[in-house]
Amino acid sequence: MNIKKQFKEGLITNNPVLVQLIGMCATMAITTTLFNGVGMGLSVLIILTCCNVAISAIRKIIPNEIRLAIFVVIIAGFVTIVDLLLQAFIPALSAALGVFIPLIVVNCIIIGRAEAFCQKNSVGASFFDGVFQGLGYTLVLIVMCVVREFLGSGKFGGGLIDIANGFRFTLDGTGAGIQLFPADFGASILTLPFGGFLTLGVLIAVMQFALTRSKKKKEMKELAAKNAEKEEEE
Amino acid sequence: MLTNIISISLGAILINNFIFSQFLGCCPFLGCSSKVETATGMGLAVVFVMGLASAICWVINEYVLMALNLKFLQTLTFILVIAALVQFVEMFLKKSIPSLYSALGIYLPLITTNCAVLGVVLLNVQNNYNFIESVVYGITGGLGFMLAIVLFASVRERVDYTAEYPKCFEGFPICLVSAGLLALAFMGFSGMQIFS
Repeated sequence: MNIKKQFKEGLITNNPVLVQLIGMCATMAITTTLFNGVGMGLSVLIILTCCNVAISAIRKIIPNEIRLAIFVVIIAGFVTIVDLLLQAFIPALSAALGVFIPLIVVNCIIIGRAEAFCQKNSVGASFFDGVFQGLGYTLVLIVMCVVREFLGSGKFGGGLIDIANGFRFTLDGTGAGIQLFPADFGASILTLPFGGFLTLGVLIAVMQFALTRSKKKKEMKELAAKNAEKEEEE
Repeated sequence: MLTNIISISLGAILINNFIFSQFLGCCPFLGCSSKVETATGMGLAVVFVMGLASAICWVINEYVLMALNLKFLQTLTFILVIAALVQFVEMFLKKSIPSLYSALGIYLPLITTNCAVLGVVLLNVQNNYNFIESVVYGITGGLGFMLAIVLFASVRERVDYTAEYPKCFEGFPICLVSAGLLALAFMGFSGMQIFS
């Protein structure tokens, strides 16, 4: 039950980017191809999960005054591990994301979850929180990549999917993607910085619209139920 | 040397602006820009810390990490240095220059998690800048950040008072869209080449 609630919170109702509005730098900067988006999302997911588990495991022995410094050291350690692993095994991803991999250290999502969740919850709950918040982040990155890539250059899955010799996933970032319409018709402005700001802005607006609407519906339902009760009493 | 410095500074301020073309430091950019005064304060604090951090981290990287072959500890060391530096600057200003402290004070702690500061240090290493180039890149990168945040704050004040937009765009989305339009304006500088 609790896991279900955490799942829904991480992916929708308390999504790190769209609702908590944190961790936006990388979201806007690297979402130009699906390869970058999935790579970044999974890196953050792994780091967030590891940090959540580590921090909640030692939460009782961390002195309150220097907790932020300790969090930062733990996060920086895991980020360095992932950075080195990527350099060794997926160098194309490491080159594409560049400075944004080490910058996960100052990504507000991780320190924000440590401060808001792991300090007060058990290791198990923190683990699932890390996984679901990471998934929520990855989901946003994928949506942004798909929108920007499709409208910008008419492609889907650049770097990640190759259909030259039958459908296959390319993990070295060389896949050309699926050309859905000629690149000349694309609004290439969307792949530039302007497109990052605009796409994220519209995405958050859509989210706000959906959330207020579902809230209104819930209130209407409650009101109707109350009215029905009153009528019954009378 | 001089042409090199000019090209780095113009690059950092206009052509490759930290916010509008590299997306470094977006959190404080969106969080501290509701008024022009706060934006100026934040901008000044960032210029200060970015200049100092570039200098100190260059020295540490060159004479400690490189010398001892500990390159893999860069991220960890830099973030600790920045956190300590911010803390130290805060205490120093509080004691010796209270007027500057009261102007910058509340923004200083926020800077530790500003990715522009860690970003500039990492970019200095990546671009193999020497000491002077690093410091210049730090300070001018900060100036570019300040230019962006002050411009954006004045746009945002206008948006708050006069603009009409759909209700679901209230808050962050309309800010992001107006920031996008500013980024569009800064695209006018892209592709410019100076002395190269």
